[in-house]
Amino acid sequence: MSLNVIINIFSKYWPMFLRGAGTTLYISMVGTIVGSVIGLLVGLIRTIPAPERGFKKILIKIVNGILSFYVEFFRGTPMIVQAMVIYYGSAQAFGIDLNRTVAAIFIVSINTGAYMSEIVRGGIVSIDKGQFEAAAAIGMNHVQTMFKVILPQVVRNILPATGNEFVINIKDTSVLNVISVTELYFQTSSIVGINYRYYETFFITCIIYLIMTFTITRILRFIERKLDGPENYIMIANQMQVERPEDMIRRTKNN
Amino acid sequence: MEKVIDIQHLNKSFGSHEVLKDVDFSVSKGEVVCIIGSSGSGKSTLLRCVNLLEKPSGGKIMYNGVDILSDTHNIYSYRTKLGMVFQQFNLFNNHNVLSNCIVGQMTVLKRSREEAETIAMKYLRLVGMDQYVNAKPKQLSGGQKQRVAIARALSMEPDVMLFDEPTSALDPEMVGEVLKVMKELAESGLTMLVVTHEMGFAKEVADRVVFMDKGVIAEEGTPEQIFNNPKEERTRAFLSRVLNQE
Repeated sequence: MSLNVIINIFSKYWPMFLRGAGTTLYISMVGTIVGSVIGLLVGLIRTIPAPERGFKKILIKIVNGILSFYVEFFRGTPMIVQAMVIYYGSAQAFGIDLNRTVAAIFIVSINTGAYMSEIVRGGIVSIDKGQFEAAAAIGMNHVQTMFKVILPQVVRNILPATGNEFVINIKDTSVLNVISVTELYFQTSSIVGINYRYYETFFITCIIYLIMTFTITRILRFIERKLDGPENYIMIANQMQVERPEDMIRRTKNN
Repeated sequence: MEKVIDIQHLNKSFGSHEVLKDVDFSVSKGEVVCIIGSSGSGKSTLLRCVNLLEKPSGGKIMYNGVDILSDTHNIYSYRTKLGMVFQQFNLFNNHNVLSNCIVGQMTVLKRSREEAETIAMKYLRLVGMDQYVNAKPKQLSGGQKQRVAIARALSMEPDVMLFDEPTSALDPEMVGEVLKVMKELAESGLTMLVVTHEMGFAKEVADRVVFMDKGVIAEEGTPEQIFNNPKEERTRAFLSRVLNQE
């Protein structure tokens, strides 16, 4: 192996690498976002306090049963197997011809959804009971409490876990090569099929994966800090109608 | 006088543990009632039963003559008529000071933002927190948090204010600022139900003091009666225990 070979391979095949990385990023990003929404909804439904009796109690029980099954099933089976079942299986059994990218996003989304719903549930349970009580005392119902008070806090708290899911998704989309999605791993395999340089080609791929995951982690860390805001309240900066230069310096220093 | 809250034969148990035993209790319009008693006597539970944060195991709670425990009664609109202040403040951590005071008005009472903000500012000024409108709860001291919590409850313009040991989680030097606000509210004629350990406050501000012991109301009367010549032996014992500590 030499640096020359690596540079050669990259300069020759960079459009393929780039396209592969783009597809990987696209699938994992959409998958993470859709999965988080699924997770939030499932987590929301699973924490509805059950009434003591009546039809609603039975309904909630049934829905919770279905959702538990969903979570257990997708957490308990490998994504590579799910990909085969959903893509080739649906084509063979029901004659449904899915678009590969759509299938890929679908698989990543429901997988992330299963993990995220547990993360969200944990996030909701960990919110101080006083927040629920204060919302109840003000007259909010479950849905209002969730959307106005609890979920915004949960979203902040589970941001690190969501970032983690995103990073995992970037790496795990590589298994989708079994349904021939042209993501980064698939593209690398194609390049290797042409030049037979496994070591150098996959080394480049490693670096690209690392750059993607590292960048995502940094961006999320930045967003977390932004959301948290400053520790102390600066009354002067808050009341200032016209900002003087020295105030601006102080403000930027504080942030 | 007209009874706002009328509790009859209230029972509450957690599992096999009976916290409230056949409590009869009422609050009239404009009255300031302080509930005192040692911890575990059921005073907080009684207060929490009033706005149904705890579901009573038995008995009746009448609000302006309406049975609020009946199945047809709307618990959410009922709760907007009672403002609650908690020991642990429980400000919404994701909202700033102003937002804490308007979120309930807008979501529950469906007031417009302008109206809600005007009302919120009125009460934030009353508690002296109008300069902190953009502060997040974590940036405030305990006393400031509690004053915002009072403004939040008042912004709903409730008929009755419930205070659940509002100063117990505060540093001693911050107790005063909260009690001062509460005193002003009491003087404005607001109906208040206060669970407290602040005997000085109860003595000075209350129209009626209720002493609870082991899940029952042991004695009630004017502050003079309770503090100066209590009839019951256990009231006397409690008071001497508490007042000697101070």
